[in-house]
Amino acid sequence: MEIDIQGVSHTYGKVTALDDISLTLKPGFNILLGPNGAGKSSLFALLTGLQRIGHGNILFNGSTITQNRASIMKSLGVVFQQSTLDIDLTVKQNLAYFASLHGLAPEKSISRISDLLNELDLSDRLNTKIRNLNGGHRRRVELARCLIHQPSTLLLDEPTVGLDIASRQLIHSVVHDLAVKQGVTVLWATHLFEEVSPTDPLAILLNGRLVERDVCSALLTKHQVSDIHQLWDVLTHAN
Amino acid sequence: MMYWRCFVGVLNREMLKFWQQRSRLLSALVRPLLWLFVFAAGFRSALGLSMIPPYETYILYEEYIVPGLAAMIILFNSMQSSLSMVYDREMGSMKVLLMSPVPRSFLLCSKLVANTLVSAIQVYLFFCFALLVDVQLPLMGYVYALPIIALLSIFLGALGLLLANSIKQLENFAGVMNFVIFPMFFLSSALYPLWKMQEASEWLYQVCVFNPFTSGIELLRFGLYEKLAAKELVIVLLVTLITFTFAVRSFRPKPAAAGFGNKSLGKNSA
Repeated sequence: MEIDIQGVSHTYGKVTALDDISLTLKPGFNILLGPNGAGKSSLFALLTGLQRIGHGNILFNGSTITQNRASIMKSLGVVFQQSTLDIDLTVKQNLAYFASLHGLAPEKSISRISDLLNELDLSDRLNTKIRNLNGGHRRRVELARCLIHQPSTLLLDEPTVGLDIASRQLIHSVVHDLAVKQGVTVLWATHLFEEVSPTDPLAILLNGRLVERDVCSALLTKHQVSDIHQLWDVLTHAN
Repeated sequence: MMYWRCFVGVLNREMLKFWQQRSRLLSALVRPLLWLFVFAAGFRSALGLSMIPPYETYILYEEYIVPGLAAMIILFNSMQSSLSMVYDREMGSMKVLLMSPVPRSFLLCSKLVANTLVSAIQVYLFFCFALLVDVQLPLMGYVYALPIIALLSIFLGALGLLLANSIKQLENFAGVMNFVIFPMFFLSSALYPLWKMQEASEWLYQVCVFNPFTSGIELLRFGLYEKLAAKELVIVLLVTLITFTFAVRSFRPKPAAAGFGNKSLGKNSA
């Protein structure tokens, strides 16, 4: 799925969270880099239809959420920055609940849960309550939740924040594989430089404005810097 | 099929949560049972009742308050359900619900049906306990009461959804007790017939008459005695429709309050 963000602005009272953002996300791995408070979560709230767009438009394969909500929601898998799991339910109950919200048949739901937990190395946690899981495991369950209905688009808002290296690498590799091998459109929002590789399409968000967008290596060449840290320094001084 | 699976999923989750919170069932029953066994016993002689419809004979106070206490169970359960929605919103799991492809109005309906089921279980358990103080209602009355319990649950559940969306923080929910539950309950015919209220104060009586919860209680009271209170039915249907419409509208996407998420910056971060 192609997502076309067209001139989106969003304010909270007098605070401008997003200022005239235009960005096209094509199938594959796309990174949205920005510090906390840059507007990444605001953009996610608009992309997922949880908040109304103040100005501008977001098109999913040419349609807005208002025009084609059911079909767009079916194709979206989202990991929010804040946990969305029900801590009083088990891993299985949480995943089955989400699967039912997407209309998955019970037998399909069971097989998807089993496959995803195997892939995310969580199969021994099937009947564990979320409140008894550590942060890394909870985040993996979040990822399993967002993948259960096999979406064609993944929106991941800081999916690896606060995780150990093993969990971080696992989540990154699972998502990266989906983007590269299956052509899933991924928007990976992060403030962590080490999650950006030179071949990734990169959009940089600063104070609600999109200050750069291109493949990371092209941006390094354009600004005549050798790594993302230096690129960041150049952009933050310029803006 | 998708709608059905979604409905079953919502219902299943609510029942799981209800089962896990068994103390909730206990407290939902203890409150009306205290009124029935203790308050009613103490006030039986103080609150003499005249013969009023739907009763065809003089009744004990215990019998009078049973429909009101059943409605109280529904009222408290609906508010409890809205409290859990506020909790879901604070915990983030509300987002999961709202990301479903089915329309939000259907999701909210599913929530209300789940709430109705939980309320009905509690009310019928309460009716069983009421038998212990010889409050035995006509057998068919228990059957007629079921759709009324469902209607009341949907009305009060929708009111709860509306409140849940207007309450910004979990801590503010205590205000609902003071400003919604208690006034609704005490300014109704749950504990005393309205003519008694009229004797005390005309304007309080008018407030009680205006309170749609009074109509709900009377509808249930008549239903339990195999009678239809047509005017009350129309009132409850109307307020249910209005409340539900507003509840659904309140769940439409809107510009949110300021909040930019995690403020902490890691060493290796942008």
